[in-house]
Parts: sequence; structure tokens; C-alpha cells
Amino acid sequence: MSTRVTKEKSMLIQKEMISSLFKELSTAKQTGKKVVYTFVPGNISELIRAFDMLPVYPEINALQSGMRKKSGKFIHDAEKIGYSEDVCTYVKCDVGMILNGNIGPTGEKIPEPDLLLLSYTGCFTFMKWFENLKRLYPGVPVALLHTPYQEGHKITPDMTQYMVKQLKEEVIPKMEQVSGKKYDEDKLKKILGNTNKVEELMVKIFDTTKNKPSPIDAYFAGVYYIGPINIGFRGTGEAVVYYEKLYEEILERVNKGLGPITPEGVMEEEKFRLVIEGPPNWTHFREFWKLFYDLGAVIVASSYTKVGGVYDNGFRVNPDKPLDSLADYCMNCYTNLNLKQRVELLSNCITKYQADGFLVNSIKSCNSFSAGQLMIMRQLEEKLDIPVGFIESDLVDPRYFSYSNIKNRLESFFQMLEQRKIIFNN
Amino acid sequence: MYICKKSLIIYFLQQNKIYDLEPLKDILSKCEEIAFDLDFTRAKEWKSQDKKRVIVGYMPIYFPREIVHAANGLSVGILGGGDKKMIIKGDAYYQSYICHMPRSIIELALDGNFDEFDGFIFPSICDVIRNLSGTFQILGKGKFAKYLDYPQNFKSHIGGEFYEQELQHILDEIYKINQIKVTPARLNESIRLFNKNRQLTREIYDIRQKFPWRLTAADVYHIVRAGYMIPVEEHNAILENVIHYIKEDINQPLDKIRVVVMGAFCEQPPIGLIKTIELAGCYVVEDDFLLGARWIQKDIEEIKSENKLLSTLSYAFLNNSTFSSTIYDVDNPKEGRLLELINRRNVDGIIFAAPSFCDPALLDHPILQKACEENDIRYVSFLYNENTGQFKVIKEQIGTFSDSIKLWD
Ligand code: SF4
Ligand code: SF4
Repeated sequence: MSTRVTKEKSMLIQKEMISSLFKELSTAKQTGKKVVYTFVPGNISELIRAFDMLPVYPEINALQSGMRKKSGKFIHDAEKIGYSEDVCTYVKCDVGMILNGNIGPTGEKIPEPDLLLLSYTGCFTFMKWFENLKRLYPGVPVALLHTPYQEGHKITPDMTQYMVKQLKEEVIPKMEQVSGKKYDEDKLKKILGNTNKVEELMVKIFDTTKNKPSPIDAYFAGVYYIGPINIGFRGTGEAVVYYEKLYEEILERVNKGLGPITPEGVMEEEKFRLVIEGPPNWTHFREFWKLFYDLGAVIVASSYTKVGGVYDNGFRVNPDKPLDSLADYCMNCYTNLNLKQRVELLSNCITKYQADGFLVNSIKSCNSFSAGQLMIMRQLEEKLDIPVGFIESDLVDPRYFSYSNIKNRLESFFQMLEQRKIIFNN
Repeated sequence: MYICKKSLIIYFLQQNKIYDLEPLKDILSKCEEIAFDLDFTRAKEWKSQDKKRVIVGYMPIYFPREIVHAANGLSVGILGGGDKKMIIKGDAYYQSYICHMPRSIIELALDGNFDEFDGFIFPSICDVIRNLSGTFQILGKGKFAKYLDYPQNFKSHIGGEFYEQELQHILDEIYKINQIKVTPARLNESIRLFNKNRQLTREIYDIRQKFPWRLTAADVYHIVRAGYMIPVEEHNAILENVIHYIKEDINQPLDKIRVVVMGAFCEQPPIGLIKTIELAGCYVVEDDFLLGARWIQKDIEEIKSENKLLSTLSYAFLNNSTFSSTIYDVDNPKEGRLLELINRRNVDGIIFAAPSFCDPALLDHPILQKACEENDIRYVSFLYNENTGQFKVIKEQIGTFSDSIKLWD
């Protein structure tokens, strides 16, 4: 492991983007900018931006609270007012954060919402989450966008039309009312033009893991790469600049034959290439990552980086069909795919990126991901004859991160991969 | 006034009238047997009588059974294995922190209990049921495994139209199997039968609301659950028969509080738990155990010539559904509807009983409990699994709850 850790230009751009967004949010009440709370999967921030409003993502607040080691207290506070130990910890963390003044990652208060945009793709808990938020913010209008599930392995025209009608008759009128602005389709088209560019770049970026060594870690670093597009920069010029720079840097690494950057420098020897299913743990993110890079494991693809949109199968927004595109985008997010499609997608990643193993990080409080994961694992094992591993943690509840359990399981998994390599090499 | 047991015959003497309760007892034990028949014997027997008959299994909560009936089918409720099914394989499909329900359903599927079923419906109530639909698809169970997306938009030309399309897909699947086309006349006949079924079920609840001692909550549970397993015509006859008996002044009231049980709409509580609640000093006068049977709260209109085939079913879903943890409620807040229910049923307290790890039920609790606190309604809450076997702690908890209400009042 090289110990030189320098911040890449793209990292600095990202940092600047995030801090300016939170700055803008913190002054929204003074500047009169309207604030819309919404979710990452089915994230139609282009439409929010078309009305010059600012998006806030309760999930992102929760994960950042996890990384800042604040989630334990927030969850505890939510449990004190009646939230069960058994439910999604993102919800509890967010409720706890609100109870504690709703202070964001930059130390500034996140403004209260002017609109709750309940676009709930691939997870029912989102709906329950906003039912709870609605009570915490009485009087704030809710716009609901129901995304049909891809149960039949495809998006049908009826599904798209159902969503477009909701956009036209529910979401847009509420946005007009809250923002005081008229819907401007040309503006939306322009914004979507940027999204389209970003989507192209994202695909190229995550496709670089086909190189050996992989120049990036598509999970631990991947979650940073998807940051801008997931936290409200879809369709912005800044996002295009960021992803262009990021791609350029990654290509440079490919040319130099470099492995991924970790918090402790460049990973020098790539021993194992993995595909991971499931979100990461945020409360011990660094320790968690270290368990992998210390043992030379790099993640070449992950389902989690696709929660905010799946582009592997060719989907891109079409600026000429703005509302249809937003609808199809929502329906295309990872957890809105049925299990067969998920198996197919992961199987393609394993093959395309020549993974040595498949690992599930099962999240205790996330049914959307966890229910069905064991089936996915069996399917991939049977279909591809690939070694599969299984670890458990939670997103933001520190009580469910057991370092030693995860370490033991990972070590056995890596040993298995090692032995398999020896057998194959012989 | 006394109860006299003579060999197997039960007589109940009240105000100089003697009621022979033996036939009621027979009906109740028959219902109990049918309700927990995990081999679905009656449904399979029914199907075997005609090659064009189909069986469609549906998961909780609600499914408009009329459409399957009209297509010469029997829709059968799949409510898990409860405490009657040992889980051996199911645990290999679901992590310990996922509710119990899908593992017992998978166990039943892998053991062949659903082998004669033609299709399966997975109503969109939560992520577990949604992903279970994928598991059935992968395992190749049935000729179709359809996830039924309930619309969360309640306008007829948006959500209503979408819902009709969803139902039409199911009819198309059944048509592929038996080539039976659903006509308005066929569907109207089914609508009439299920309207009657809901009316009779409501009547039982209404009688029990006034005279909860006439049937136990466990009896009601068995009666309603039996309806998930057999043709509606047969169930209607059972309900009529039961009503005939409970309209009479049978059994003795006891000093118990009146409660509503909320949160048990999907994974079913073991029957021992329902009995425990009543043994611990409560009459359960309202519940959401088998909510699907009473989901639609008014009669569904028959289709007239100018209507689209599925329009009245869709109208009923959009406008006459009960409240539930699985339906977006912002325009019709559930706490208001719960308070209204409490008034209507004249209850003394609420028991929040939810399956472990059930996000939909448990994320409603803070909302509903806050409303209880603000309105001085007493409640108690606990978690269960469908195969919970020990009720001692729960009994004590409910006993204390009911005593405190009695003392307080
Ligand atoms: S259940 Fe999972 S996907 Fe849903 S809100 Fe919680 S963490 Fe997100
Ligand atoms: S018990 Fe709750 S979480 Fe489990 S399947 Fe039913 S609704 Fe879903």
C-alpha cells in the first residue's frame, strides 16, 4: 500500500459542490428558495431544479449522521418516542436528527420542507417515512409519485403513462403552487440534457473496473462517485464538470496501471475482485473498507451504486421526452427491478468484470434489499459456480456492526477464494 | 341461569329458553379445521371437479376475489404456516431479521402444498411480499406469479385506470389457462356473492360488537379465515348459519374490557395469542387480523352496460377501502379513522400487536399511539411471530392492562 494520499481534483470539486449546496440550503429561508424533501431512488431532482427549488434527501442526512457517529443517539431518541427497534434505521435516524434540531453535515441547520415529494421507488418504507414526516411538518403539502414495480421484467407503456399522468396532474401542479413558478418544459429538457451526459459518464466510469488492476473500488469509492448525482446535482452543469474530471483522472490511472485509491493510499496488489450486493455500513465505514483493502480485495461492481439509477442496460434519459424519461428513470432504479432482473444484472457484472467472488452485505433493517438476497446468492452460485460470501451489518445503527464477526467471515471467504485460485492455477 | 354439559351436547338456558348450541359448535369446529388446512383440501377437491377450474393463491392483505370467481376460479388466501408448520427450508431463504411470514410460505411452496395452484397474487403491501413474488417467479411456482401493484393515486382516471390494468393482467393470465372470458354478467354474479359475504361478515362483527360473549374472538377468526379457503357460496352459507345462532341471546357476559387489536393484518398471530387476549380480560370487538375480508366497506356496484368491466371494482378500491398501513394515507389520516373506529365500536383500549420486523405496521405505531395519548385512549403494545408459542408474558401484560382500565373506570 502506498502511503501517499493526495486529494484528486475531482474530490475537491465534489467537496465544493456539497458545501455550496448546504450553504444554499442554510440560507434558503432568507433567499426565498423553496425546499423539497425527496428520496434517492426515483430522484427527479431535475424537475425540482426546473422550478428553481432545492432538494434535500433524508436518506443522505441519515447516512451522513452515520458517518459522523451521530446516528446512535438519533436512533435512540426516535426509539424513545415510540419507534420500534425492528424498523428501518434510516427513518429513525432522520426522525432523531429532526428531534435534535436537524443540523446537517456542515453544522448548519437544514431548512424545513416546503414540499414533501414522495417518489418512492423500490421501497415501501419511503411511504411510511413520509407519513411520519408529514406529522412532523404539519401543513406541508405532499406530492406523491407512485412508481410501478417491474414485476413483469419490463416497463410497459401503461406503466409509463400512469407515471406521466401523476407527474402532470399531481406533482407538477404542486410544484407550481409551492414555487410560484410555471412549469417550463424547455428548461427541464435542457437540464435533462446534462443528466444524459452524466449518465453516459457514469457508465464509462464504472466500466473501468474491467481493467486489471481495477483503477477504482466500485463500492467504497463508488459511493462517493454517486454522491453528486444522488444528492441533488442531477442535470446540473457542475455535475457534468465533476464527472468529466473524475473520468479523466480514472483514465489516467488506467494508463498508469494503478489500482484504486483507498484512505491509506493506492492499493498496490489486487488479489481479489468482488461484486457486492447491498448497501454499506456507514457507522464504521472506514474500518469496514479497510477490512477489504488490507486483504487486497477490490470491489469491481456493486448493486448499491445503482440505487439512484441503473444505466447498465442502456437506459438514458431522453431530453426530448422529458416526463416519459423521468418516469422510466424511476422505474429503472435497482430496487425497483424484480429478483430475476437483479440476478441477471449481478450476473452480468460478475462476468463482465471478471469477479472472483460475490458477497452480500445484508442490512438488518432494510427489507427492500435484504428480503430475497439469499435467493439471489443461491441463484448466482448455481448459475455461475462462483464462491459466495455473506456478512451482516446495518446502515446507521452502530449496535449492529460487529467488527470481529465481519472480519472472521471475510477472512474465511478470502481464504476460500485463495484456495480456489490455487486449484484453478494448477 | 346455567350452562349444562350433557355428554357432547351443549344446551344453554337463558330466560326460560333453551338453545341447542351443538350445531353451532359443529360449525365452529368445522371452520377451525378448514381455516388451518394447510393442504387446501377443499380448494383442491373443488378444482378437481371441472377441468376449467383454477386455483389462485393470494397473499395478504386484500385482493378482489370477484375477478377470479368470475373466471371460474377459486382464490385462496395464503396466510403463512402459523404455528402449524415447522420451518426447515424457509430459514435458508430469509435472514433472521425478516418477519416470519415469507419463510413459512416458502416452506409450504417447497413442500408442495401449493402444487395444484395455477397462479399466485402478491399484493403490493411491503418489500418482503414484493420480493417474495420474485422468489416464486424464480422457483417457477404456478403458471403465473403476479405482483399486484395497488395504486397509491386515488383518482379514477390515474390510479383507477392503472388498477384496472393490473386486474386485467390477472384475468389475461387466467384466460391463458382456462380460456374463460369474464363477461359483465359473470362478474356481476361474483360481485353479488362477495357483497353478500362482506355483509354477513360485517353483521357478525356488529353482533359481536354488542354481544361479544356470544362468540369468542378465536371463533370469529376461524369463521372468517375459513372463508379464505373455500368457495364463497359455501362460506356464505356458513356465515348465515352462524348468524342464525348468534342472533339469539346465548352465553353469559363477563366482566371484561372491550379492545381493538391493530397491526396484525399480514402475518397472522397464532390463535393461542388471540385466545390469550380474551382470557386475560378483554373482548376483542374489532381487529385487523383478516382485514382483506372486510377491506371494502360498502357494497360494490354491479356493472351496467355503459361501465367498463372492472370499473366498479376499481371505484370500490379507490373510495371504499378501509384504512391500512399499506395505503398512502395523507389525505385521509389513519389516526382520525382509528379514532372514529374506536368511537363506533365503543372500545376501552387498543392492543397494538404487530409481527416482529414488520415495517408497515410498526412505522404506524408512533402515529397511532400519539393520537391515543392525545385523546386519552389507553393502549398496550407487543410483538409476536406467527409461531410464537409462549404467551405468559403477554397474558400478564394484557391482564394488567385490562385490570388497570377496569379499576380506572
Ligand atoms: S428500508 Fe432500505 S431502501 Fe427503504 S428506506 Fe430503509 S434503508 Fe432505504
Ligand atoms: S408481516 Fe409485515 S413485513 Fe412481513 S410480509 Fe407482512 S406486511 Fe410485510
